[in-house]
Amino acid sequence: MATERYSFSLTTFSPSGKLVQIEYALAAVAAGAPAVGIKAKDGVVLATEKKHKSILVEEHSIIKVEMITDHIGMVYSGMGPDYRLLVRQARKVAQQYYRTYLEPIPTPQLVQRLAAIMQEYTQSGGVRPFGVSLLICGWDLDRPYLFQCDPSGAYFPWKATAMGKNFINGKTFLEKRYNEDLELDDAVHTAILTLKESFEGQMSSDNIEIGICNSQGFRRLTPAEVQDYLANIA
Amino acid sequence: MVYPVHPDYTTITSVYNADYVKSILAYNGGSVVAMKGKNCVAIATDLRFGVQAQTITTDFERVFEVGPHLYIGLPGLVTDTQTVLQRLKFRIKMYEMREGRKVKPRTLMAMVQNLLYERRFGPYFVEPVIAGLDPVTKDPYICALDLIGCPCEPADFVVSGTSSESLYGMCETTWREDLEPDDLFECIGQSLINAFDRDALSGWGAVVHVIEEDKVTTRHIKSRMD
Repeated sequence: MATERYSFSLTTFSPSGKLVQIEYALAAVAAGAPAVGIKAKDGVVLATEKKHKSILVEEHSIIKVEMITDHIGMVYSGMGPDYRLLVRQARKVAQQYYRTYLEPIPTPQLVQRLAAIMQEYTQSGGVRPFGVSLLICGWDLDRPYLFQCDPSGAYFPWKATAMGKNFINGKTFLEKRYNEDLELDDAVHTAILTLKESFEGQMSSDNIEIGICNSQGFRRLTPAEVQDYLANIA
Repeated sequence: MVYPVHPDYTTITSVYNADYVKSILAYNGGSVVAMKGKNCVAIATDLRFGVQAQTITTDFERVFEVGPHLYIGLPGLVTDTQTVLQRLKFRIKMYEMREGRKVKPRTLMAMVQNLLYERRFGPYFVEPVIAGLDPVTKDPYICALDLIGCPCEPADFVVSGTSSESLYGMCETTWREDLEPDDLFECIGQSLINAFDRDALSGWGAVVHVIEEDKVTTRHIKSRMD
């Protein structure tokens, strides 16, 4: 790793007190594909756009909404390769926790550890910050969780949020549409509508991906299930 | 002098003239027992601290409180009793600060297991016993581990220390399911005392903690003082 050669950090303060590398990383996130997360009474939904640059791309081989443990799932906006690394590390962290405590990792604990890793890359020698923001959903101790992790290492608990392209519009939309009594089905519906706000073209089960997390654990919706929800929107 | 890994191996540990050939786990002596009752658990320890044949103090408790309804007994080599307790308390406090919740009994077992196995090839000479109630469900929990962290979570009782064999016999005959706290106290107290009375290296009185949902009762029992 480059840390062996560089002993100094590449992320340094500007005169105005900002860490420009992190600002640029956030710009990379804002240019990425939209992702939405909504917390319902009985679960959490994660949704993302999965647009491909060419019709020759094999859509179902690329998975964006990933499982970290039985009860925790994750999605991102930003750079795919950086995301893959964080998925791997998150899974490892979760399993290490289980080995030490014989207990599935609580979602806030996973988020804290993952955010600490992301922060390391803003202060270590020879590395750059991650170009992704993560949306992490989980269910433990009988309640749902939704967190966002930023390239800076900051993490935020959300009731509902949007990231990536057009995230401001997405958030405004959610502010109007969100209420505390949403059930998971309604939340999925709302998530799809939020994605639709910034979607160019026709939505189908091939170009969006949805994951849900409830008391039964985390799972991705099958294309058929996604199609059912989409049919209800039209 | 290198201590052997397996406690069944013997070594001459004393530098005094009257040498004894002993296992390291029997160097200081001491015994602990824990039992499950109806909505309660009890854990008991003897009070002897010695160096082979010589008794040094008669007020050495080897059972410690690590949570509101969570106790751990650490019979074995006393230096390791102290060190394992310190290192464990460190880990427990860090956990409670990070997670914002109290350690559950089974989680404590996992932490102790981890701590001991980290030293797999140069172990701590303690064989811990855990007794407690789950902080949320109040379910009773007991377990014992060997010196390299193998846990055993039975439904009735666990024993450890120099009089463990006698303890097995006493507990097996006196224990019944669903003993009320007062009966559990009698059962565990008598099991321990009659077991360590047949052991030269344990004894000099006992301390029993009975852990119930709303309180912990600690009693000191006077036994034959030899």
